[in-house]
Amino acid sequence: MKSAWEAVAALATGFATTFKHLFRKPITEEYPEYKRPLPERTRAVIILTRDPDGGERCVACYLCSATCPVSCISMQSAEREDGRRYASWFRINFARCIYCGLCEQACPTSAIQLTPYFETCERDILKLVYEKEDLLVDHGGKDNEYNFYKYAGVVTKVGDKGAHIKEAEPVDIKSNLP
Amino acid sequence: MDWIVGFLVLIIKLALVLGGLLLLAAYLVLLERKFLGRLQIRYGPNRAGPFGVLQPLADTIKMLTKEDAVPEAADRVLFLLAPAVVAAEALLIFAVVPFGTSVTLLGKKIPMVITDLNVGLLFVFALASLGVYGVALGGWASNSKYSLLGGIRGAAQMISYELSLGLSLVPIVMLARSFSLVDIVRAQANYPFILVQPVSFTIFFISAMAETKRIPFDLPEAENELGAGYHTEYSGMRFGLFFLGEYVNLQVFGALVAVFFLGGWRGPILPPVVWFLVKILAVSILMIWVRGTLPRLRYDQLMHLGWKVLIPVALLNIVITGAVLLL
Repeated sequence: MKSAWEAVAALATGFATTFKHLFRKPITEEYPEYKRPLPERTRAVIILTRDPDGGERCVACYLCSATCPVSCISMQSAEREDGRRYASWFRINFARCIYCGLCEQACPTSAIQLTPYFETCERDILKLVYEKEDLLVDHGGKDNEYNFYKYAGVVTKVGDKGAHIKEAEPVDIKSNLP
Repeated sequence: MDWIVGFLVLIIKLALVLGGLLLLAAYLVLLERKFLGRLQIRYGPNRAGPFGVLQPLADTIKMLTKEDAVPEAADRVLFLLAPAVVAAEALLIFAVVPFGTSVTLLGKKIPMVITDLNVGLLFVFALASLGVYGVALGGWASNSKYSLLGGIRGAAQMISYELSLGLSLVPIVMLARSFSLVDIVRAQANYPFILVQPVSFTIFFISAMAETKRIPFDLPEAENELGAGYHTEYSGMRFGLFFLGEYVNLQVFGALVAVFFLGGWRGPILPPVVWFLVKILAVSILMIWVRGTLPRLRYDQLMHLGWKVLIPVALLNIVITGAVLLL
């Protein structure tokens, strides 16, 4: 008899709980009207950033395209007269991209970055293939300070031998004088 | 000449009832989704039209335009037939349900019921049992494990609960001294039977939920163990027919609860048809609330409840009612 009473009490508690919920304001966030502010590091559409001096950061090293698990990144490397490398074309197929962020981790120059912007729906799947012009932006993304050529020991317009950050003056290897 | 008028009236009544049932079924789906949503602190569908009122229309168009796939290994004839059995059975039960007083039109008395069978109650039970065939055959004809398991569960569950469903109404028949649903409503002129038969009401309500395969008893379709149970392999409007049957069944059992226990279309001020609708909706909302609260029973619990609790209590109720009526 006691257990029967407990069962009825338990049922009543359950019904009371759901009844109370009926008068609570729904916690639903209704998407197109309300857009939740996303964290800066949310992984969505990919961009190609520029260094603080306005130069393209991408050195077309192919690391992103190599690490991409769905092979959605392709490019062609080229070299400017001053020795600085760049991608003559750069293409990301967002119809394939799984937004895993591995390309961003692989990038040695902070060029390729994922952004929180995600509303890229298209009816035509070919419109999801983004070319370099679509990807390139005018800012440094999440890493505004970094300029790869100021650190790399490569001779370009940015710096001659020994002029880079944390780089010692070149040593004359023909002489053993200090 | 007279029979032509009678025939025309019957056809018009049939069309109105059928249209009303189908429309109400479509909006019961919306009501269920909305109400269930609010119970779970969310909105429910609210995109198609203001407050989502066009959602049933959108769903119907979607289901009509979907591919009607028949599995290669299925028993084609039975597979195609099973959903129709469920939907037709549910719609047919409504033929004996009175939804108002008779109206006098152009000097002719038109009863607000499609047909007043003197064995109306038996007709209801006969059709309710036929519903098992839709589920069991649909499950079997699909030739898939999940469907078969769902079909078997459905058959076992519905046959078990058919008994308590029938037994719970014996006291009502004893009180009304008639099998006709019209007479049962007439017998409740002074007080609704729920006041004198609360036990009977409880048993009928629980059994009705089991018969309509609603949530504490939804083992035949148990999504998280059987895919979708007996209608796993169905798509398009054939799935729609199962769905429709389910919601027409919900209304039918709402109407039966109203007829047997709540005084049918009786009520003050408002016209009888409106009262009847209000009672159907009240029962439906109660069932949705139950769905929003209780978890699914385990199979042995389901059988235990049916055979060891509901049937003995129903039998005891019959004996007590008989004794009281004799005294």
